[in-house]
Amino acid sequence: MKPLFRIERSESLADKVHQIWVKAPHVAHHAQAGQFVIFRIDEKGERIPLTISAVDGDSIRVIFMAIGKTTTHLSTLSAGDHIHDIAGPLGKPTVMMKFGTCVLVGGGVGTANLPIIARAAKAAGNRVIGIIGARNASLIIVEDEMKAACDELHISTDDGSRGFHGFAADLLKQTMAREPVDSVWIIGPAMMMKVTAEATRAAGIRTIVSLNPIMVDGTGMCGSCRVIVDGETKFACVDGPEFDAHKVDFNTLMQRLRMYQPEEKASMEKFQEHQCRCGGEPHA
Amino acid sequence: MHDRPVDQRVHDFAEVDGGMTPREAMAEAERCLQCKKPLCVKGCPVTIDIPAFLREVAAGDFKKAAVIIKEQNTLPAICGRVCPQEVQCEGECILGKKEKPVAIGELERFVADQERVQGMVMPQKKQATGRRVAVVGAGPAGLTAAAELARMGYHVTLFESLHAAGGVLMYGIPSFRLPKEIVKAEIDAVLALGVELKLNHLVGRSVTPRELLSYDAVFLGTGAGLPYFMGIPGENLPGVYSANEFLTRVNLMHADRFPVFDTPVKRGSRVVVAGGGNVAMDAARVARRLGGKVTLVYRRREEALPARIAEVERAKEEGIEFVMCANPVKIIGDQAMTGVECIKMEMCALDDSGRPEPKEMGGSHFTIDADVFIAAIGQGPNPLLIGELPELKRGKRGNVIVDEHGHTSIRKIFAGGDVATGAATVILAMGAAKTAARAIDRMLREE
Repeated sequence: MKPLFRIERSESLADKVHQIWVKAPHVAHHAQAGQFVIFRIDEKGERIPLTISAVDGDSIRVIFMAIGKTTTHLSTLSAGDHIHDIAGPLGKPTVMMKFGTCVLVGGGVGTANLPIIARAAKAAGNRVIGIIGARNASLIIVEDEMKAACDELHISTDDGSRGFHGFAADLLKQTMAREPVDSVWIIGPAMMMKVTAEATRAAGIRTIVSLNPIMVDGTGMCGSCRVIVDGETKFACVDGPEFDAHKVDFNTLMQRLRMYQPEEKASMEKFQEHQCRCGGEPHA
Repeated sequence: MHDRPVDQRVHDFAEVDGGMTPREAMAEAERCLQCKKPLCVKGCPVTIDIPAFLREVAAGDFKKAAVIIKEQNTLPAICGRVCPQEVQCEGECILGKKEKPVAIGELERFVADQERVQGMVMPQKKQATGRRVAVVGAGPAGLTAAAELARMGYHVTLFESLHAAGGVLMYGIPSFRLPKEIVKAEIDAVLALGVELKLNHLVGRSVTPRELLSYDAVFLGTGAGLPYFMGIPGENLPGVYSANEFLTRVNLMHADRFPVFDTPVKRGSRVVVAGGGNVAMDAARVARRLGGKVTLVYRRREEALPARIAEVERAKEEGIEFVMCANPVKIIGDQAMTGVECIKMEMCALDDSGRPEPKEMGGSHFTIDADVFIAAIGQGPNPLLIGELPELKRGKRGNVIVDEHGHTSIRKIFAGGDVATGAATVILAMGAAKTAARAIDRMLREE
């Protein structure tokens, strides 16, 4: 009786970064750029938000970094396994129109969420410039997809192992120096979004970030994901997840993201201990 | 009422009230005067034939009693536990004028519990009409509407955004007041009528308004899920929860059993709950069971507490400290919260609600040390779906406006429960859902 959602494909994209294609028609048939889903892996699982990074027929794709218990567990699942619950699509879709020149900046695993926005931007008649920032060359993801969706694609790495030696924010500044920019999306870790958004503030360029606070229901019922935007409390799950980057209180976001660090550590340790026991001892 | 001892129950989430034995139930039902014009029935929002079911209990025919109750009430084991009977059926009972009213609520619960153990009786169902009705939200209103419509022969699709049906019965009311296996059994009985349940479907997102309107009729029972915050400084500090979040983490996600279950919750050592309703009592008593020393702060006098008296008494027995005529004005803390600054309130002239209006007393600030704060000051109608239906007329507080039949301003759409009234009780939502189901039936028959 319970719905179970089948994983169609699962693969590793980079160190700790995985992608999963899962069949979820009710989500796939309605999903738009910028929206997310809530996954609950099994009956004891927590509800975690994941951005929908692509749609194909009845299936959706999520790309995530295995950092906590649930994402690590998710990374061990393979084709044929099931996710117990998938709710969605959730959140407001990306607001898209013909802006002119759009620049999409991705940091780390957040880059995964850019191609779907890039395709929407292109379809709306924009000139689309992509910027991928990563710590090093091996962590660059969805490069081919971005190349296909963008008019130009630039890459930066913190260690200089690929492309520009420096930060994505520097490439954004270079782009702004080269040509007029009308709308910018920045998706990545909270600190990266905070710093990168400063590049466009003085010029007053429309800049959007996609926020990833801790959620429970994802439907506007609990307020766990509240963020401060322009001095007002908003729920990222229903008012967002995309907000005006220049109005977001990133410090509160980061503080709230750290709220369960001790619990996350305990949960992870318990999971790893369980993995060791199951992996190490053959069943009788 | 056989409440479990306090020192035992504050350490677990098992039901507090142990219920009645068959002998006690028969003796209690025997007290009913079998009034010719029973006032108790008038006090019941779903008009159960109370004297008739009490007669069967007194005679020891519990099965027949269950059939009588279920004619009018789909969820009796739930209502027997969470209805405010003292202001409904029992409040009207003629015996209550001189001594104690008949314990109708306890008896309803007893009958439903007996039936669950001995096998549920399927209510009568009419022939299929071939018409389709969508019910949005699987809480008390939605479950009732779904059951009523299924019995009338409609094909009902019940949409629920969470991974479990039940709404506030699952995420809001704690298991020590309403055990979840009881909720599940009553939901299963609704589904056994042929209701098609679609979990993980947020209507307005997973189902578009257009798809929704492809049904012959729609019932909105989306509830009051939007938590209000106090709007005071420090409210976004780690450690501050809405009652909805705190209760959902524990009741629905089982954070009390973390890390066996993945969802964590902050187990405060000192907890402050703001509010005076049943939700505030629930939040306080959950926090107590998680090991906290709990203080409940309410801005009016104790006699104005909107919560059921029995639950206030149980909360006190369990060691919850009550601070009346006080209101939080600030959450103190840097990286996480460390205390709640409150101000004393004085009661002034009567306000719109007919109660003395609380006003702040200048210079009366005081601080309660706390690492968890829970705002239980009310909820508003869930705005998501109703925002997607711009033609739907709404009231000032965002509630959907309905006529006395539950009809909204859109022809095909009906609504009932908290989405129409604002946060109220389970039974009022059920009563409204029954009314709307009958109106839907009339509309579709006339077409």
